[in-house]
Amino acid sequence: MTRALAVLAALLVWAAFTYVNARAEFVNPVLLPTPLQVAQVGWATARSGELVWHVATSLGRVAEGFGMAAVAAVALGLLAGLCVPIRHMLEPVIEFIRPIPPLAFLPMFLVWFGLGEASKIAFIGYTTFFPMFIAVAASVLRVDVMLLRAAASLGASRADLIRRVVLPAAMPGIIVALRVGFGLALFVIVGAEFMGADAGLGHFIMEGRTFFNPAQIVMGALLLGALGSLMNALLVAAERRVLRGGAR
Amino acid sequence: MGTFISGVPDLMEWGLRGPALSSRRASTLRFVAVAGFLVLWSMASGIVVVMKLFNPIFLPGPWVVIGKVVEMGVKGQLWAHVGATMERVAVGFTTGAVLALLLGIVAGHVRVVRNVVEPIIELLRPIPPLAVLPLFIVWIGIGETSKVGFITYATFFPMFLTTVHAVRQIDPLLVRAAQSLGAGSLQVFRLIILPAALPEILTGVRLGVALSFFVIVISEFIGAEHGLGYLINDGRNFFLVPQMLGAAIVLGLLGYTGNALVRLLERRLLRWQSPS
Amino acid sequence: MSRAPLKIQIQKVTKTFARDARSAPAVVDFDLDVAERELLCILGPSGCGKSTLLNIVAGFIQPTSGTVLVDGRPVTGPGAERGVVFQEYVLFPWLTVAGNVEFGPLLQGVAAEERRRTAARYLELVGLAPHAHKFPVQLSGGMKQRVAIARALANNPAIILMDEPFGALDAQTREVLQDELSRIQRVEHKTILFITHSIREAVYLADRVVVMTSAPGRIKRVFDIELPEVRDRFTREFTEYESEITRMVKEEVAKVHE
Repeated sequence: MTRALAVLAALLVWAAFTYVNARAEFVNPVLLPTPLQVAQVGWATARSGELVWHVATSLGRVAEGFGMAAVAAVALGLLAGLCVPIRHMLEPVIEFIRPIPPLAFLPMFLVWFGLGEASKIAFIGYTTFFPMFIAVAASVLRVDVMLLRAAASLGASRADLIRRVVLPAAMPGIIVALRVGFGLALFVIVGAEFMGADAGLGHFIMEGRTFFNPAQIVMGALLLGALGSLMNALLVAAERRVLRGGAR
Repeated sequence: MGTFISGVPDLMEWGLRGPALSSRRASTLRFVAVAGFLVLWSMASGIVVVMKLFNPIFLPGPWVVIGKVVEMGVKGQLWAHVGATMERVAVGFTTGAVLALLLGIVAGHVRVVRNVVEPIIELLRPIPPLAVLPLFIVWIGIGETSKVGFITYATFFPMFLTTVHAVRQIDPLLVRAAQSLGAGSLQVFRLIILPAALPEILTGVRLGVALSFFVIVISEFIGAEHGLGYLINDGRNFFLVPQMLGAAIVLGLLGYTGNALVRLLERRLLRWQSPS
Repeated sequence: MSRAPLKIQIQKVTKTFARDARSAPAVVDFDLDVAERELLCILGPSGCGKSTLLNIVAGFIQPTSGTVLVDGRPVTGPGAERGVVFQEYVLFPWLTVAGNVEFGPLLQGVAAEERRRTAARYLELVGLAPHAHKFPVQLSGGMKQRVAIARALANNPAIILMDEPFGALDAQTREVLQDELSRIQRVEHKTILFITHSIREAVYLADRVVVMTSAPGRIKRVFDIELPEVRDRFTREFTEYESEITRMVKEEVAKVHE
């Protein structure tokens, strides 16, 4: 609740700031849109269906890219966590690739896949894959030896240990990895849609720059923020549901 | 499955990690892994040529890429771009860090400041910084200032938040111990709170460095004439893939170095955490 | 010494840990026989290797040399016939109390209905029947340890290995659980190998007490505790045992601090 109040307070500050400027014209008022102007843009684009279209496009790309990456990250992450030789082989390579900012590869993806949907989806997939893969493998590795020992002293075979101890014990970490990966996808999709896109929230925001309409930029940014918060809240709730009381 | 997954005795003694490797074994394994990766990459690009899968310029082999980087380095053009990127990162990050640390320490310590600043932060936090880049461009244009300003903005929030958290999460018992030894408020702040918060603050700084490299690229895609990001995007026009990959790798190296430098700083300043 | 058949035979067990090759071994040439249905306590100063010994008998680590025989057969790894109760409880956090207790039978392929009955019986035995559907995170330390004991018992092992099981608990809870363990042992008659720091606890529970030297661990002395099955901590005989053993342990502790 206090968060909502804080946001409200911020909106009031914003309103005050921009209205004062609109009167006194310290800065070109177009550059500092008031909340009302932003809302108007929102309303207009919502009515024309444009806004929904952009949101749907962005979310669609995120869903597809993230979906593929999630499946791959969980499968390969489990494999790397369970299989010591594979982990030792992959670790150095990942250490090399990790420091390279994913956005640095965006133009590569545009070259490889052209300007259409495929490049965005592939890019989101690439960006989210590595952090999720690393986190899933880490969750497996973090499984407490003592849990394995306890199960073994109750008669668990190796298969039992993996199925009934490692997997349940790693599950909370895996789910967190997925949630963080999704957040990363939302973080990055905007950037990906700045270039070579004709739809999506990133494109919508960039349009605001092209047509010198800061209100549109702010609208897009706020919408993105709200969307991200909503998605995160939903995922956290789902996480809690899946893990019931049992987590760690 | 066989030997791929550790057997029960190994699991019992070492858990999933497996036994610790001697440093020699670890280095050899590293070397083999990297070499293997390069070999696979070469093979892949070779297969593309031999089997005419697609135009080979889309997948140049590792040597072509490295060669291109070396070429640009020797000819001198590489350094101008590296310099441009580094300058933007350095100035932007430092400004962001200084602001975040100062404001963060004050906000963490003084409730009034926190209450004032919190609403604005809460409003802006969920918005991905990238979404705000066009606003910077509209406000300040495409020049250096908007790029640097953007990095400052992007790195400010995470570093500010971790700093506030670091200051606030200090064990109150530490403060009480100091007070019962006669420390006054200012002394407590200087001698207890700052040192205790330092580890987390430095972690935030490290994240800030990574974030600066993360966001600099995109701002160099749009309206730049120099910089590694520019090099990458520029390569698009003529499918100069080796240039694109090469610049990305250099960027990775720079990011890695930046991270390593902060870790070095951490070890210096936080020697008490792991004395040897 | 013991009239019953030998359940556990620890023969010349030595353990040196590879990571510190230059430091002394944890356990050296350890020889001990544990009779069936005996409750044997191992006492010793910190770092004397008693936990290492238990881990070897449990099959979690391999001895550098020497063997451990159970029922005449060498131990190669952990097994359901040697149940373990850990100091840190180590309950499975994603399972309920009942789920934890049913775990062993589940692995053996016991049918669901029978598993539930077994779990109920042992939860009743440790006094936790009403908490069957709670998760470990909702329990106190004493309760968690009782679940751990029930879990070990439900699998019906012949041997139970306990590594300072009450070490993490406060003094009162500790004594309550000692009473409970004593009561359970009178019913179940398991062979129990029990590691502890507490001399009082050892004298209260054990048929025999083994005092270990400081590292590298060897047997300093073995005490036969000739007290009745149900023991009173405040009798003269009890206190005499306590004093004698304390003197012995103090000698070893002094060596550690030299």
